[in-house]
Amino acid sequence: MKKILSLLLVVAMVLGLVACAGESEDTFKVGFIFLHDENSTYDNNFMMAAKQVQQELGLSDDQVIFKTNIPEDNTCYDTAMKLVDEGCDVIFADSFGHESFMLQAAKECPEVQFCHATGTQAKVAGLANYHNAFASIYEGRYLAGIAAGLKLNEMISSGKITAAQAKIGYVGAWPYAEVKSGYTSFYLGAKSVCESVTMDVTFTNSWFDISLEKEAAENLIKDGCVLISQHADSEGAPKACEAASVPNVAYNISTISMAPTTAIISSKIDWAPYFKLMIESARDGKEIPTDYCGTIETGSVALTELNTAAAAEGTQEAIDAAMAKLKSGEIHVFDTSKFTVSGAALTEYAADINGDYKPDEGVNVIKDGYFNESDAEAYRSAPYFDVDIDGITIK
Amino acid sequence: MSNKSGRKHEPLIHITKRASMVWYKAWIVRAVAIVAALLVSAVVITLLTKDNPVEVYAAMFKGSFGTERKVWVMLKELVVLLCVSLAVTPAFKMRFWNIGAEGQVLMGALGAAACMFYIDDKIPNVALIAVMLVVSILLGMIWGMIPAFFKAIWNTNETLFTLMMNYVAMQLISFFIMIWVPNGSSVMGTINSATESGWLPSLFGQKYLFSILIVAVTTVALFIYLKYSKQGYEISVVGESENTARYVGINVKKVIIRTMAISGGICGLAGFLLVSGINHTVSPNLAGGVGFTAIMVSWLAKFNPIVMILTSFLIVFLQIGAGEIATTFRLNESVADIVTGIILFFIIGCEFFVQYKINFRSKHKEEGHA
Repeated sequence: MKKILSLLLVVAMVLGLVACAGESEDTFKVGFIFLHDENSTYDNNFMMAAKQVQQELGLSDDQVIFKTNIPEDNTCYDTAMKLVDEGCDVIFADSFGHESFMLQAAKECPEVQFCHATGTQAKVAGLANYHNAFASIYEGRYLAGIAAGLKLNEMISSGKITAAQAKIGYVGAWPYAEVKSGYTSFYLGAKSVCESVTMDVTFTNSWFDISLEKEAAENLIKDGCVLISQHADSEGAPKACEAASVPNVAYNISTISMAPTTAIISSKIDWAPYFKLMIESARDGKEIPTDYCGTIETGSVALTELNTAAAAEGTQEAIDAAMAKLKSGEIHVFDTSKFTVSGAALTEYAADINGDYKPDEGVNVIKDGYFNESDAEAYRSAPYFDVDIDGITIK
Repeated sequence: MSNKSGRKHEPLIHITKRASMVWYKAWIVRAVAIVAALLVSAVVITLLTKDNPVEVYAAMFKGSFGTERKVWVMLKELVVLLCVSLAVTPAFKMRFWNIGAEGQVLMGALGAAACMFYIDDKIPNVALIAVMLVVSILLGMIWGMIPAFFKAIWNTNETLFTLMMNYVAMQLISFFIMIWVPNGSSVMGTINSATESGWLPSLFGQKYLFSILIVAVTTVALFIYLKYSKQGYEISVVGESENTARYVGINVKKVIIRTMAISGGICGLAGFLLVSGINHTVSPNLAGGVGFTAIMVSWLAKFNPIVMILTSFLIVFLQIGAGEIATTFRLNESVADIVTGIILFFIIGCEFFVQYKINFRSKHKEEGHA
C-alpha cells in the first residue's frame, strides 16, 4: 500500500511540475471561497461584487480565483490551503460556518491574509492575518421597514385593514443574532411610521430552502399577516406573496422581476467597497482592518430600486429623509425609547461578543440611549442584537 | 431467461447473457467506453462553452494531481468514500438494500463529536480516541441493526426503513448542535480547537495519513472476510437465495442482523474518521451524500473491496475534477456535473455489454441457450 502511495505521489508531482511549468510569473492573486454558487442569492451578491471590483482594479481572471460550493467543513480548510498553494495573497470566505476552518488556515500561513464575512473571532483570535467583515445592514433593514410601514398606512387609510390588523409576517432562517437583529430593525423601521404595527416571525431552520420558505410565507398570510418580509436566501417567500397578492420586502436582491406587483424594495449589503479595500490593502502591503463594518456612508449598505407599482406614495422621500438622519446620527435604529422588552425600556445589556454563548461580563452595549449594534471599533461587526422586543411574536 | 426466443417470430434484436467474457476483452470494452465518453463530453463542452476540451480535461486532471497537497486531499476524499463503500458491501452482497449508510455514518460522527465535546481533555488523548472509536462503531452498528432486526423478524421493507433512519440521524445531530451551540446559529465550529483532544494525530507531518492507513487496513480485512471466511460465504449464499441458505442450515435471521451490524459498524468507523481525523466538527450535512455514492462504487466494483479502490478513485477524481473545471473556466459547476454524468453513463452502460450479448436477426446462428 505504501509503495503504491509513494508511487502515486511521485507520478503526481512529476505531472504537477509539468502542468505548472508555464506559470512562473509572480503576480498578485485573490482567492474567493463561496458556500454555494450563483443560484443562491446570498452567494451571488458576493460574486457580483467580486467581479465588479476585479474589473475596477483591472485584475485578470488568473488573478481572481473563485471556488464555489465549498461546504462548512474541512473542505473549506483544504480549499483555502489549495488557494495558498496557487499563490493567493489574500483569501476571502463568505459563510459563517467557514470561520473555524479559515482560522486554522490562517494560523498555518501567516504570510497570507484571510478575510471572513459575518464571522466573530478576528478580535478574539489575535492573529495578525485574520480579519472579519460585515455591514450595518440593520440600517438598511430599518429603511426597508419604513417602506413596509408606509405600505401598511396606505392599506389602513384605504380601509383595506384596520390599524389593529397591521401585522407583518417575517420568514427568518435561524433564531440567531444576525436574523434577530435583522427583523427587529425592520420592525422598528415600520413602527417609526406606523405605530400600531405588530409582527409574527417564523424560522425555517435553514438558510436556503425554497419550499420551506414558501410554506412559511403562506402560513403567515393565512394567520392574518398583510405584508411579508424574509431573511432567507431563496425566492420562496416573494413568489408566495406574488401568488397571494401580498406585498413583500426582500433582502439581497431585487425581486421585482419575480414579483412585479407585490415586491416593494430590498435592502442589501454591497460587498464591493470592502473587497476593494481588502484587495488594495493586501496588494500594497497595508494592513486590513481586523474587523470592518461597512455603512451607508461607505456604500456597503444599500437599497435596491423601489417598485413604484407596489410601494405607497412618498416612500422614496421618506427613505431619503431617514437615510440622511441615520447618516448624521440624528436618529438611531435601536433607540431604546422606541421599543420595550417585557414592558420596560432596555437600560443595560451585556451582549455575547466573544462568542462563548454567555453574556460578556462588564460589557454594556447600550450607549447614549441606543443599542450600539455592529460597532467594529468597540465590539465587533457581526450583529449581536439578540433581544426579543415587545410587538414581535415568535411562532 | 430468454430460452424460448427465436422460435417462429424471431425479434430484430434479442439479448442473451454471456457465460463470461475473457478478462482482456472486458477491459477493452471498458476502455472503449471511456474513450467514447471523453469524446461525447468533448463535443458537449465545445458546444456549450466554446472552451478547448483538451484544456478542460487537463484542468480536470490537475484538480487531483496538480500539487502534492491536491494529491493528499484527493486521497482523503478517496478513503472516506472507500470506507463507506466497504461498509455497504456486505449488506448489498446479501441483497439487503441498505441505503441508510448516510445515517449510520452520521451516527458514528455524532458519537465521536459527543465524546470530544463532553470528555475533552479529562482523559489522555489516546484513551479519548479509543473511546470515540468504540462509541462511533457501536452507534453505527445500532443504527444498522435496527432495520435489520425488523427485516429479520417481521420482514419489513429495509429500503424505506434505512432511508428514513437517515433523516432521524440528521435531526438528532441538529438537535445536539442546538444544545451544544446555544446561540442559534446551528454551526458547531471546530471542536476542541485549543486542546485538539480527540483529533487523530498527524503522521510524518501528514494530517490525513492516519485515516488513510485505517481505511487501507479495513479494505484488506473486509476482502479477506468476504472471500475466505465462513461468514463471508454465508453472506453470498443468503444473497443468492434465502431458501437455499435455509435449506443448507444457515440461520438467515442471524446472518442478516450480523451482516448489518458489520455494515453499520464500518459506517460508524467512517463517521469517526470524518470527525476525528478530518473535520473536527459535526453537522447534518457532514456525510454529504457519500452514503449514496458509495452504493454506486460498491456495485461498480462488483463487491470486490480491492477493485473498490479503483472505482472510488474514479468517482472522487471526477468530482474533484468537476470543481476544478468550474474554478479554472469560471463555469457553473453544472457543466462539470454534465461531464461527470456522461462519463458515468458510459462506464455503467458498458457493463451491460460485458454481461450481455446482443444478437441480430439477420445472423441466422443459433446461439447457445444456456
